[in-house]
Amino acid sequence: MSQKILSEKQYCTFYLDNHFLGIGVREVQEVLKYQPMTSVPLADDVVAGLINLRGQIVTALDLRKVMGLAHLDGRLPMNIVVRSDDGPLSLLVDEIGDVVEVEADFFEDPPETLEVSFRHLIRGVYKLEGKLMLVLDLERAVFSLVDA
Amino acid sequence: MSSNSGDTSGQIPEEVAEFLVESYENLDRLDQDLVILESDLHNKETLSSIFRTIHTIKGTCGFLGFEKLEKVAHVGENLLSKLRDGVIMINPGITSALLSTVDAVREMLSFIEQENYEGNGDYSALIELLASMTNGTLPQPSQGSNPATVPSSAPTSQDPISPPEEVQPEIHEPIKVGESSFVFNKKVSKPAPPQEPVSIAASTSEQVTVDEPLAVSPISDVSKDATPPNRGDVDKDKVVTSVSDANIRVDVGLLDKLMNLVGELVLARNQILQYTSSQTDSSFVAASQRLNLITSELQEGVMKTRMQPIGNVWSKFPRVVRDLALSVGKNVAIEFEGRETELDRTIIESIKDPLTHLVRNSVDHGIETPEGRIAAGKARDGRLILRAYHEGGHVNIEIADDGAGINPDRIRANALKKGLFRADQLDKMSEREITNLIFAPGFSTAEKITNVSGRGVGMDVVKTNIEKIGGTIDIQSTPGEGTTIKIKIPLTLAIIPALVVAAGGQRYAIPQVSLVELVRLERDQAKVDIDSVYGAPVCRLRGNLLPLVYLCDLMHTSTKKIEDEAVNVVVLQADERQFGLVVDNVVDTEEIVVKPLGKQVKNVDVYAGATIMGDGRVALILDVMGIAQRSSVISEVRDRKLSELSASSTLEVGERQTLLLLGVGDSYRVAVPLSSVDRLEEFPSDALEWAGDNQVVQYRDAIMPLIWLSSTLGVPSATEVDSASIQVVVHSGHGRRVGVVVDRILDIVAVNMNLEKCSIKSQVIGSTVINDRVTDIVNVDEIVQSALVNFIDSSNFALAGYGG
Repeated sequence: MSQKILSEKQYCTFYLDNHFLGIGVREVQEVLKYQPMTSVPLADDVVAGLINLRGQIVTALDLRKVMGLAHLDGRLPMNIVVRSDDGPLSLLVDEIGDVVEVEADFFEDPPETLEVSFRHLIRGVYKLEGKLMLVLDLERAVFSLVDA
Repeated sequence: MSSNSGDTSGQIPEEVAEFLVESYENLDRLDQDLVILESDLHNKETLSSIFRTIHTIKGTCGFLGFEKLEKVAHVGENLLSKLRDGVIMINPGITSALLSTVDAVREMLSFIEQENYEGNGDYSALIELLASMTNGTLPQPSQGSNPATVPSSAPTSQDPISPPEEVQPEIHEPIKVGESSFVFNKKVSKPAPPQEPVSIAASTSEQVTVDEPLAVSPISDVSKDATPPNRGDVDKDKVVTSVSDANIRVDVGLLDKLMNLVGELVLARNQILQYTSSQTDSSFVAASQRLNLITSELQEGVMKTRMQPIGNVWSKFPRVVRDLALSVGKNVAIEFEGRETELDRTIIESIKDPLTHLVRNSVDHGIETPEGRIAAGKARDGRLILRAYHEGGHVNIEIADDGAGINPDRIRANALKKGLFRADQLDKMSEREITNLIFAPGFSTAEKITNVSGRGVGMDVVKTNIEKIGGTIDIQSTPGEGTTIKIKIPLTLAIIPALVVAAGGQRYAIPQVSLVELVRLERDQAKVDIDSVYGAPVCRLRGNLLPLVYLCDLMHTSTKKIEDEAVNVVVLQADERQFGLVVDNVVDTEEIVVKPLGKQVKNVDVYAGATIMGDGRVALILDVMGIAQRSSVISEVRDRKLSELSASSTLEVGERQTLLLLGVGDSYRVAVPLSSVDRLEEFPSDALEWAGDNQVVQYRDAIMPLIWLSSTLGVPSATEVDSASIQVVVHSGHGRRVGVVVDRILDIVAVNMNLEKCSIKSQVIGSTVINDRVTDIVNVDEIVQSALVNFIDSSNFALAGYGG
């Protein structure tokens, strides 16, 4: 699996609670500011709503809920639209960061001390200057959730 | 069999027109193939392809009775078969002769197209030449001589092929590139005369720009000018242009894509129209009105490209009916009406199987044997009529037979036997409702299992499939006279009219197919008309009780409505039942484009999809069936669920259940699933009799043993021994009836059960709180079983005469 990590050099970063996370740029279709959403009553909790992405209806997932974090207060979330087999899928995050370039040497497996439920959804950590970037495991965190 | 008369190419019968189109295409390919063959003499593949083409033409024209054409094609084919088998080697002379054959065929085809016969051309020289080549008697004819003997095709065919050598690269390329997407005539690749359309477009746009500053009327003139030529010209063109030019094969995927784009355009149009309503700029308003018009027409046009006549599906039925009728020893004549009725191809696909099943069903079960028919005073041969016609944005398909019809009594008996319904439920049903029971899951009236029934597609599947595409199915039957099944399906699935409603601050779209009516109850009226039966809200509508579902409650959203305001009820049809959906507001009707939902929300059964509204926001499309099921409006489903539950003796936790509340002893409360209750009866105490050790009553011509619930559960009974009557819950299971005597029958409630296991008694499934009282849910089946063991062995018991 780490081979796959190594292949990805650039990451689209974002903030979630006090975490700094990244998704491989190739998995990201686009990033958007807050979009008006239509909520879907009776759907799973992690479904934040549906957004109109240039005529395409895209499901927005509350990534904080997915990761078991507290609800975002007082601010409007932003969208990271990722590609999935089922079409685009939007992840709601607190704030979008830069696209960062990483060196494979600075990669490490997720620290054992991370809470299990959270650690499960992280592929590993890049030690960047001044901060750590957690690589989100889209497969586990988002796409597999879809089948549940 | 009726066939459609009005077709596009004047006098030419439809099958001939099809033959022409196909042949022209084949001939164009033949030209290339022959040229390829000349440069690559040993290309077996090309040779067989040429052979096949000529063979097809020969076969078809023989079938259609064009003898001359057939003759020419036949000798061509003979020569080709020799070539293919390697008996003769190809040489330029042979190629020329073959090309001449192609020309001759083409010439005859164009005669057929214009005059409906092969023309007066004399092809005997060509035929002779080909024959002699085939026999090897004229091995090396000089190149120039044979085309000369053959009438040149140039003056007759519309666009004579220029010297083939030049054509080859030109033609071959585009076709290879286009591969699957287009099989087009060479004429198509020829640039269309550019001047005319361009000049029209130019003049139109000029007019628009000139007129723009002016008010609405000139622009609407423009739109008038701009649209009719499209329509008129198309019709005229059809007559004038040759058949081959009027048709072009297009990849279905491309059409689907076009349809999607038009869907997007419709949405964009809706958005602009909504914006327009707040604008005063008259030229903008006019332009957007024009956009509206054009979009509608475009939508209609693109939709038409995907339309197929229903005859395509029907065409295989005569065979199906014949084979089946033969195998079951019946005589059935099938008739068609409205073969040309068109439907979207996606719908055609999805009705294929249901229709086949219904047709088979009619032959198998509907129409009687010849002897039976004669005995009933009918003609020996049964008639099966398939009818299709358009009606208000829908297509109706009827499958009518003049067979025995459906006997409602038999259905009633069968439904009872299968335990789908209780006798009292059936008593309340109208004859039509009973007839429609054949669509209920698990139902089959077939007395004999033939190889037709039991194929895994029941009537319920037919119904489900029809409903899946937003259609309805209805059955009408007169015993002795026949059965008519009527299917109503939408023209297309992509764009549907919908009612937009609001609830809990959100908008929802409801497909208009399921809409029955809108009822607005003013404040005072609402208080009178809306009532509740055991906590379930109902509405009095013209003397009937209409179950109500509050959309806000269903969605667990809070309503903004104030108690005192009027109530908006959207009356919907789900299955055979109607129910009222209470919404905060009825917003509008709109054409919506159905878009699928992502995997994450697809499993929520109350949504059929989503759409984008005029303001760009997403709105969910409600699935009326899903809502009905979720809110237990459709009783069959609920009953079925419950009976399944009682059968497995488990109750799913957290599921909504309808329970019969009973009182035992002074304060003990129990509840049983309503589905396990057959009837509630009251017997006078003196009706109690003894049969051996058992207390029994005479009930419905049988002896019904009684069980005291109180003693079974070990609770002292509160019923005084000398009370005048006893309350009995009649339960039937395993083909017999048993009366469970209870102290009090309290209520029927629908609750979400969260069961806790508090008792170790096997008869008690669990405990829950109902109406603020702890209530044990008991398993009647278990009670009856355990009680009966105390009496007698159950096998003896069955012999004692219960249930027959």
